[in-house]
Amino acid sequence: MTEGWVKVEAGGGEELLLQVGGIWDARNVTRLDPQLRGLGPAANITLDLSQLERLDTAGAWLLFRTLKEYRNRGGRAEVTGLTTSIEAMLEQVAANDTPAEIEPPRPNALRAMVEDVGGGAVDVVIEAKQQIAFLGLLLETLARSIRHPSRLRLVPLVHHMEQVGFNALPIVGLISFLIGVVLAYQGATQLQRFGAEIFVVNLIAVSVLREIAILLTAIVVAGRSGSAFTAEIGSMVVNEEVDAMRTLGLDPMEVLVLPRVLALVITLPLLAFFADMMGLFGGMLMCWGALDISPALFLERLQDAVSPWSFWVGIIKAPFFAFLIAMVGCLEGLRVTRSAESVGQQTTRSVVTSIFLVIVVDALFSIFFATVGV
Amino acid sequence: MEPVIRIRGLRTQFGDQVVHENLDLDVRQGEILGIVGGSGTGKSVLLRTIIGLNHPAAGTIEVFGQNLAEVSPAERLAVEQRWGVLFQDGALFSSLTVAQNIEVPMKEHLGMPARLRDEIAALKIAMVGLPPEAGSKYPSELSGGMRKRAGLARSLALDPDLIFLDEPTAGLDPIGAANFDQLIRRLADNLGLTVFMVTHDLDSLNAICDRIAVLAEKHVMVVGPMVEMLRHEHPWLREYFHGPRARAARPQAQERAQEIGNEMEVKLNGD
Ligand SMILES: Nc1ncnc2c1ncn2[C@@H]1O[C@H](COP(=O)(O)OP(=O)(O)OP(=O)(O)O)[C@@H](O)[C@H]1O
Ligand SMILES: [Mg+2]
Repeated sequence: MTEGWVKVEAGGGEELLLQVGGIWDARNVTRLDPQLRGLGPAANITLDLSQLERLDTAGAWLLFRTLKEYRNRGGRAEVTGLTTSIEAMLEQVAANDTPAEIEPPRPNALRAMVEDVGGGAVDVVIEAKQQIAFLGLLLETLARSIRHPSRLRLVPLVHHMEQVGFNALPIVGLISFLIGVVLAYQGATQLQRFGAEIFVVNLIAVSVLREIAILLTAIVVAGRSGSAFTAEIGSMVVNEEVDAMRTLGLDPMEVLVLPRVLALVITLPLLAFFADMMGLFGGMLMCWGALDISPALFLERLQDAVSPWSFWVGIIKAPFFAFLIAMVGCLEGLRVTRSAESVGQQTTRSVVTSIFLVIVVDALFSIFFATVGV
Repeated sequence: MEPVIRIRGLRTQFGDQVVHENLDLDVRQGEILGIVGGSGTGKSVLLRTIIGLNHPAAGTIEVFGQNLAEVSPAERLAVEQRWGVLFQDGALFSSLTVAQNIEVPMKEHLGMPARLRDEIAALKIAMVGLPPEAGSKYPSELSGGMRKRAGLARSLALDPDLIFLDEPTAGLDPIGAANFDQLIRRLADNLGLTVFMVTHDLDSLNAICDRIAVLAEKHVMVVGPMVEMLRHEHPWLREYFHGPRARAARPQAQERAQEIGNEMEVKLNGD
């Protein structure tokens, strides 16, 4: 067996005679294709196939296309040296010669850009509307479950609490601890200049308890669990599992969304509390090691520095953040269309949106707390 | 002639569950082999094991004379380019259009220029009986039967020597299924294609399979042409091939086989 080849046996003038031989299969056509395009000005073509050893559909397509080109130009196109199997192959290709669409038609670049911008703007509005509608639906489902607590799905609830709460303890704890350490160190170097090292305790306590612990926890949870919610629910949409659920009379809001939202609303305050403790612990160790503020002194200062409200301001925000993260995570999951790509897109979107919303709501809380003076 | 696939003493298991035990099977060059067996007897697993997606616990599998467990990655790739696989549910890439799906192997393995790829993709789309508009559709926009055809078109992209089909006609309308059968028969005849086909479709088995292998009791219980299956005394086989659905399918299938035969004769005489 030899690689496919094509030779011009007699060229020039009106008649072109091509000798074709060897193996004409998919592996050879890349090489043969350019040789058959633009064969020159002859009017008529004859292909001698007597030395062809093997022909598959890809090879047959090249031959057929060449013959067709000459025929369409009004010339004669002939084949000699046919065997039945080669003829069958050529016939098969001829029978299936219909150009197909490859990609959906694309508008020109400028128009596509304008469309993109417009589409993006409309999307924001649509998404906002969907979020509000989803919020309503979620609250309704919640109200229904409160009236009929037996409909609440306890096993998934506990499972999700473990996933989003318990399993997040190490990473949340570690990050808060390190932030406590960093704050103590940075605060100390600044405050030492005024001889006011001792106030580093106030700095740590107020910033960790009011803002940092809860914000960091919310961001970690959005990245960890919000994205997981979207991906889980999204893959179920891709597999038509959510549709199946609906046809079986199960409400996806009740089965999928509510347990996740409740799990996060219950566990995020606990995680925030844990983060508070770890942050303070990190700060305390650093104070002890670097500033010679003993733990006893640290705790004493701590009691002076913070009112219970400093602590509650942080914790109160947690359920709200949790609700936002879980809601966005589930909504984006349900918005997945039936492709793998869309799962990825919605997951990214879910994380970005929920972190954005958490920070916006945090700002609103700051204004609120400043106004009421705590 | 050396068989295209040779399986000896195959054993596959998932944890404690043994799916195949001491399974032997030869697939001959150029034949269409139908694999039948009850649900869960391991037909899909056998297919996946041959193409290397599952690792056998024991035994050897040779494809084109090469033991795939022992060859180098480059040799393996060369063998992989000689086969095409149609999975049970199509397994198309959801982010690509049908035509782009078909072009994936041409682009990755053969580096074909885009224009030629488009031409050949269009040819394959027509060959499997999809309408030209289907080329620019995404898998999520297709019906189940169309996804199957698109999957077949992709498995035929490189004009393989061997093709694995997992229930190709399940979910097709009867006319579509009959066309599909004939398409496979024609490809097998014209291209010298060897076909390894898992199917429950008695019409397909009747109309196009050269031989049938029955998977039961963890191994290949019988292999042979349809007539042999019909004669066999094993109770499961009797029920499978003589049950109510089989009786309904057979006369039609025989008629159709006759028709195909006639068609071919006409063609041969006409030339
Ligand atoms: N990844 C896996 N892990 C564990 N068990 C598996 C796995 N894949 C298959 N099995 C088991 O192997 C057995 C054979 O499965 P297989 O999918 O091959 O059945 P089949 O013969 O193709 O059935 P069907 O006709 O319904 O498609 C089944 O009992 C199944 O539970
Ligand atoms: Mg199967």
